[in-house]
Amino acid sequence: MSIASAQVGAKNRGWSIRWSDMGPFIALGVIVLLGALLNQSFLSETNVLNVVTRSAFVAIIAIGATFVISSGGIDLSVGSMMAFVTGVMIMVMNALAPSLGSGAIVVGAGFALVVGALCGAANGLIVTIGRIEPFIVTLGTMGIFRALITFMTDGGSLPIDRGLRDAYRPVYFGSVLGVPIPIVISLAVILLGAFLLYRTKYGRRCAAVGANTDVARFSGVPVARVQTTAYVIQGLCVAVAAICYVPRLGAATPTTGQLWELQVITAVVIGGTALRGGKGRIWGTVAGALILEAIANLMVLSDMVSEYLVAAVQGVIIIVAMLVHRFAK
Amino acid sequence: MASGALPLRRPDLAPETAPALRATDLAKAFGSITVLSGITLDLHAGEVHAIIGENGAGKSTLMKLLSGHLRPSAGHLDMGGQRVAFTSAAAAEGAGIALVHQEILLAADLTVAENLFLGREITRGITVDDRAMNRRAAEVLRSIGATGLPQDLVRDLPLAQRQLVQIARALLDERKVVIFDEPTAVLANKEVEALMRIVRQLRDAGVAVLYISHRLEEVEALADRVTVLRDGQMIGTYDAASLSQRNMAELMVGRELAMLYPPKRQASKAAPLLEVGGLSVDHGRQSGSFDIRPGEVLGIGGMIGSGRTELFEGLLGLRPAKADKVVLNGQPVARRSVAAWRDVGLVYLTEDRKGRGLLLEERLAPNLTLLALDRVHGAFALNRGKEAAALDDAIRDYDIRVRTVHLDAGQLSGGNQQKLLLAKVMMTDPSIVIIDEPTRGIDIGNKSQIYDFIDRMVRAGKACVVISSELPELVGLSDRVLVMRGGRIVAELGGEEITEANVVYAATSSRSDTPAEDNP
Repeated sequence: MSIASAQVGAKNRGWSIRWSDMGPFIALGVIVLLGALLNQSFLSETNVLNVVTRSAFVAIIAIGATFVISSGGIDLSVGSMMAFVTGVMIMVMNALAPSLGSGAIVVGAGFALVVGALCGAANGLIVTIGRIEPFIVTLGTMGIFRALITFMTDGGSLPIDRGLRDAYRPVYFGSVLGVPIPIVISLAVILLGAFLLYRTKYGRRCAAVGANTDVARFSGVPVARVQTTAYVIQGLCVAVAAICYVPRLGAATPTTGQLWELQVITAVVIGGTALRGGKGRIWGTVAGALILEAIANLMVLSDMVSEYLVAAVQGVIIIVAMLVHRFAK
Repeated sequence: MASGALPLRRPDLAPETAPALRATDLAKAFGSITVLSGITLDLHAGEVHAIIGENGAGKSTLMKLLSGHLRPSAGHLDMGGQRVAFTSAAAAEGAGIALVHQEILLAADLTVAENLFLGREITRGITVDDRAMNRRAAEVLRSIGATGLPQDLVRDLPLAQRQLVQIARALLDERKVVIFDEPTAVLANKEVEALMRIVRQLRDAGVAVLYISHRLEEVEALADRVTVLRDGQMIGTYDAASLSQRNMAELMVGRELAMLYPPKRQASKAAPLLEVGGLSVDHGRQSGSFDIRPGEVLGIGGMIGSGRTELFEGLLGLRPAKADKVVLNGQPVARRSVAAWRDVGLVYLTEDRKGRGLLLEERLAPNLTLLALDRVHGAFALNRGKEAAALDDAIRDYDIRVRTVHLDAGQLSGGNQQKLLLAKVMMTDPSIVIIDEPTRGIDIGNKSQIYDFIDRMVRAGKACVVISSELPELVGLSDRVLVMRGGRIVAELGGEEITEANVVYAATSSRSDTPAEDNP
């Protein structure tokens, strides 16, 4: 059935590049170029692998945040949640180590995924069923998770069982074909995230909910379910990051993951994902995470700015990124 | 019929004074695309000059050129015989040209007076002089018959009063030329009359009024002269008295209008497709029982606020609702949500195209497929090839006019947005289509295409429910009409009973004695 008797078909089939979407990649290129000029060791293999590995954690969590933010939400609790999940995971591993040996690592990691998903689900359900602003909900859970990890570590450190260290070590320090394992895992998360957001019904609905909840509702999208799922995805990503991160420090402390929410949200926003929802950019987020870590790395290498000011620089970056968004229009 | 039968171009009025505003050979191009060219028109003090044209004909562009929001690529403007070139909207305002915007652009949390003087506050020393502003605001409001007080918050005013505040803002200073851009788009009938009174008042005070509107009956009632635009070209300026609404429509479309409404179909004797009994929405604020038959257009009439949209949104599960009986094709319907209804072949096309229908900042394809993602799904993921093909089909089948498919939905004209929305709900291959205000704010060419589409859909055995506030449309399309008042269905009209008078009577009179009363 049709309206028209005869009409011309669609025109200009094919690609169209939106230059505004290329911003984060151009910025990353500029920073890499600048880094190479400022410091010879910046592009050395060891340093590049180091930067990418360190950015992997923020990238993994930021993939989850890309879903939450493009569905119109925000999750401030990711840093504390990461610490909390780390603590729970270490406790489970330590408790099981005598009976299971290194099998405790696998069970502990599985447990971490479940806890992460549950933490995300708690955030999501309070937001959707409780109809409370996600900013407030996750501000609350941020405090709760942070207090819980402080309580679990008794204000000190919760180290992983000595017997597990050697078996667990490769998850951070090992490599596959020369590629560090955290990078491999983050790549897997990124690809999965890109597939989910761009190629599945869920991803489409997620963006629709973020762009306009009413349009989504009138188009038969189960809005609350889509939003809650985004927080669960966020929780799972936090758990994956925690699993990779534990061998690096070997312990959970009250400061684990502190201010990561700043880095994560900054990575997402400078990657081009709209903070008001509706536009998710997985690859932009990855570029954002790399930009942040590359700048921090340059600060350490070049001695120009104290590394104590890294968070300040990241704060400046997120504000500048928003200003660029505003005035590029 | 060609233009030969149309009234001749009006000979020049030979005015004793130079026109208040004269445009000579005005043109506007964006890059290589010319959107307007060859516009020559005079606007005299004390006349209402209407600009009509389909969506995309260039009305808005012309208006922006005249009010300094855009600068012409060619041609020039004269005011009272003096060459003028506006570098900004403020410059045009300074020269005495005011534009009343179509959308309400007011700060809701400020008072009426604060809004009127926003950016041009009266000051005394370094403080603002609220008393002087309130006094002046009261004068202007009174002069246009607004009931709002200068100290009222704009937030607390109904939509129509806000529109009046906006007009008051344009009239605050002495004006030579006032341009109205579709001023009645957001107004109900009574308020339209008030607005028309203001326009006449301005005209009588010697102001030159440029009036842009979709509603031809308003143009007929108000205008002294009418300029018709089509596809960015000027078709001509005509003496309004010599044009009928039909003439105007034909000039806008550029062809003779076939019968706007398709011929009526045989009354449907078929068993109902959908039976709804005891539907109660918003905790009883709206309720009703009705059935929908295959092969018919069921019109839903009533005044704005009579609960028509709410009743059907309730049926769709978009509002809290319960029902005693909902039977589709003899099968009881258990789950009533947009998705569940879609799966059994019933869809609802909202009246709120921009707020609830389309994702304006999203591309066309994701908009088209959002309700029917399963249809463009491969084994594991969305199939972009299928999606692109679906968009091609929709563009062809629904005559969506686009230069490229790489557009956001918000970049389409109103008529094309409506066609995209229609294509979106039709992608699910429904057997019952509920369309709320099928042609609101779209031009006459698109209207007749949509009417024709509804007709063919119904002739193919589907059922269509049309909720419409436009009486000619309701009467012209429907095989059966239910009229609502105060949240209840108060009358059912069929066949010869379907007249504008009967619908209005049922919709407004407190006691209806039209036949086949339902839910008295």
